[in-house]
Amino acid sequence: MSSLVLNDDQWIFRDAVKRFAAERTPVSQMRKLRDSNDPVGFSRDVWKEMAGMGWAGVLVPEEFGGVGFGYLGAGLIAEEIGRNLSATPLLSSAVLGVTALLKGGSDAHKQELLGDIASGTLLLALATDERGRHAPYAIATRATGTAGKFKLSGRKLHVLDGHVADRLIVSARTSNDVESRDGITLFLVDPQAAGVTIARTSIVDSRNAAAVELRDVIVSSDDIVGSLDKGSLVLDAVLDAGRAVLAAELLGISQEAFERTLTYLREREQFGVKIGSFQALQHRAAHLFCEIELTRSVVVRALQALDAKEADAGTLVCLAKARASEVARLATNEAVQMHGGIGMTDEFDIGFFMKRARAAAETFGDAYYHTDRFAQIAGY
Amino acid sequence: MSAQPGIPSDESLEAFRQRTRAWLEANCPPEMRQPVVDDADVCWGGRRFRFKNDAQRAWLERMAQRGWTVPEWPKQYGGGGLSKEEGRVLREEMAQLRCRPPLTSFGISMLGPALLKYGNGAQKKEHIPKIVHGEIRWCQGYSEPGAGSDLASLKTRADDAGDHYLVNGSKIWTSYGDKADWIFCLVRTDVSGKKQEGISFLLFDMESPGVTTRPIRLISGYSPFTQTFFDNVKVSKDNLLGELNHGWTIAKYLLTHERNMIGGMGLGASPQSLGQLAVKAIGLSSGRLAESALRTDIARYEMDAQAFALTMARVAAEAKAGNETGAMSSMLKYYGTELNKRRAELAMSIGGTDSLKFGDDHSDVAPMWLRTRGNSIEGGTSEVQLNIIAKNVLRLPGN
Repeated sequence: MSSLVLNDDQWIFRDAVKRFAAERTPVSQMRKLRDSNDPVGFSRDVWKEMAGMGWAGVLVPEEFGGVGFGYLGAGLIAEEIGRNLSATPLLSSAVLGVTALLKGGSDAHKQELLGDIASGTLLLALATDERGRHAPYAIATRATGTAGKFKLSGRKLHVLDGHVADRLIVSARTSNDVESRDGITLFLVDPQAAGVTIARTSIVDSRNAAAVELRDVIVSSDDIVGSLDKGSLVLDAVLDAGRAVLAAELLGISQEAFERTLTYLREREQFGVKIGSFQALQHRAAHLFCEIELTRSVVVRALQALDAKEADAGTLVCLAKARASEVARLATNEAVQMHGGIGMTDEFDIGFFMKRARAAAETFGDAYYHTDRFAQIAGY
Repeated sequence: MSAQPGIPSDESLEAFRQRTRAWLEANCPPEMRQPVVDDADVCWGGRRFRFKNDAQRAWLERMAQRGWTVPEWPKQYGGGGLSKEEGRVLREEMAQLRCRPPLTSFGISMLGPALLKYGNGAQKKEHIPKIVHGEIRWCQGYSEPGAGSDLASLKTRADDAGDHYLVNGSKIWTSYGDKADWIFCLVRTDVSGKKQEGISFLLFDMESPGVTTRPIRLISGYSPFTQTFFDNVKVSKDNLLGELNHGWTIAKYLLTHERNMIGGMGLGASPQSLGQLAVKAIGLSSGRLAESALRTDIARYEMDAQAFALTMARVAAEAKAGNETGAMSSMLKYYGTELNKRRAELAMSIGGTDSLKFGDDHSDVAPMWLRTRGNSIEGGTSEVQLNIIAKNVLRLPGN
């Protein structure tokens, strides 16, 4: 087990990320994107600059034009994205897309796509969910065919950045029942291909999601990521990467909502005193502090375990996603409550943190899902 | 590569590991490599301590001879004089061979660090070697019947009587007060200013005329605590630790050590996961524990416990790296003891009526459940820890 503290390189990277996110993609930028109903949902120019700092290629090995900072590096970025509610395609393209290609992509896929992803010019999106409640193997989308040609038909939900992606990674059933972990295959799909319809979904955190309709979309065996019927091996790794990075984002959301609330408690006066002097609020704040500190430990550990390909990485990711989701729920609810009436207004930013915390928690399994999974892995 | 003075290179550390392993193998009696089952297996030392067997005595004597009962204390006073890295290697090798701690005492875990930091030369020379060798067993005189969470309001007085002090008053919750040889005791030496500024830190012999103790029976059936009474106890002025009226600083320093100890108590004490215990007691249904509400609570506990263990490791790593760790001892004390209580309650639920066995039908589940209730009270209640976090870490305004 490596040390749970950052080394010098990681500190330097983190400081650069922190500065950039606060200056270029603060909460006000996200508010502007929302209010102007921006058709892209993030700034492509800023994403190119982020790519220049190594964000888009954070997982991409240097030989393919990335910086190879691993999941811990991606987590450091995600934490700052959480603090600033920065709208970026980091999760969809740089984490989910890149992990899929690294775990299951052919040499041709990697050569063709990784460099452009790392430079911020090409975006990937993962189209896998079919139900609202997370159920990773509940895949009814069918891929039928023979001799290297398949036809894809089905409907995908909550496809992050789906409406702006240049390539989709679509999970489809090539054998077995709808709920089975076996018989799933992943395909790279061109969103411009005949039979693909993409509709942007408006969701509570004002981030990008889309529904993707596939009707007899033609793909070939060259488009398979991973291997036929064994797509779950890649899909599991992709989802775990997404969960760990979302946990880091949720940690950033919790920390920022908490700090903003502490500032408010120190300044706001009622009954002639600062409300932060009330023990009823102090104890809740102190408890929340402990919960956030514990979350930081499990998030760092889960990211390290993914980087080191440790055998129990899955358990640690479960732990991190469950705890980060639950603590962000607590932190943002406490934040709104302790801000009182102003916390309920759209004009004030604190509500944005609660909305994003909920969306990030529901994505790829919430605390309930991962608590159940944790117990299953532990044999009870 | 040249090693910095005082910091062993990897190579010499490896040699130290080899030497240590060989020595432990040759000197740790087989009986001392068995798991500790009950308090009789714990060597507390002291004038009146009865060794359970010769192995326990030999193990203490051999380890104390090298100062390895307190490996990182200075050699000058009988400690092991090891560096932090060597100390870690020794602990790892002892864990590997399953060696029991040769000596467990409040002298080691609480008073010693304060003596090393605040004691004068004569005090260190007098008291530290006796702690190292387990010759004197210490107890802590902090709480009073009227001073619990508000410890600084303590009233036990030490009046100046020329070459000595006269101590009058009473202490409560003195752990093993009836078994201890000496007490380190907070006393009031000034009533004129702020309550924290009139407290001094005294050391004295429990056999002094005027000292009496009375055990307190707890809801668990155990009596680990006493009330202690002082009636005109004469204490030499040489036994004042630190400066007169500056005892509160020492008290707080020592409490940090105590809190870390209590907070970490639940860890490592549980060889089997609650989930596995529950599977044995209740059974599985379609691969899941047959009672789903209990299963969820067990899983949440196990997850929080793992997160807490990782946090203990992270705080230690941050401290080692020289990063600011704030008032983490309050967090660890608060969270660790609340977890301990949750674990004990779940263990009760898993056993159902089986876990009610008490008294003659001895089982440790119910007594443990009852004993852990005190974890969030002793050493500063959970509420006091939350106050400390709010004030010292979060910098929230006072009232």
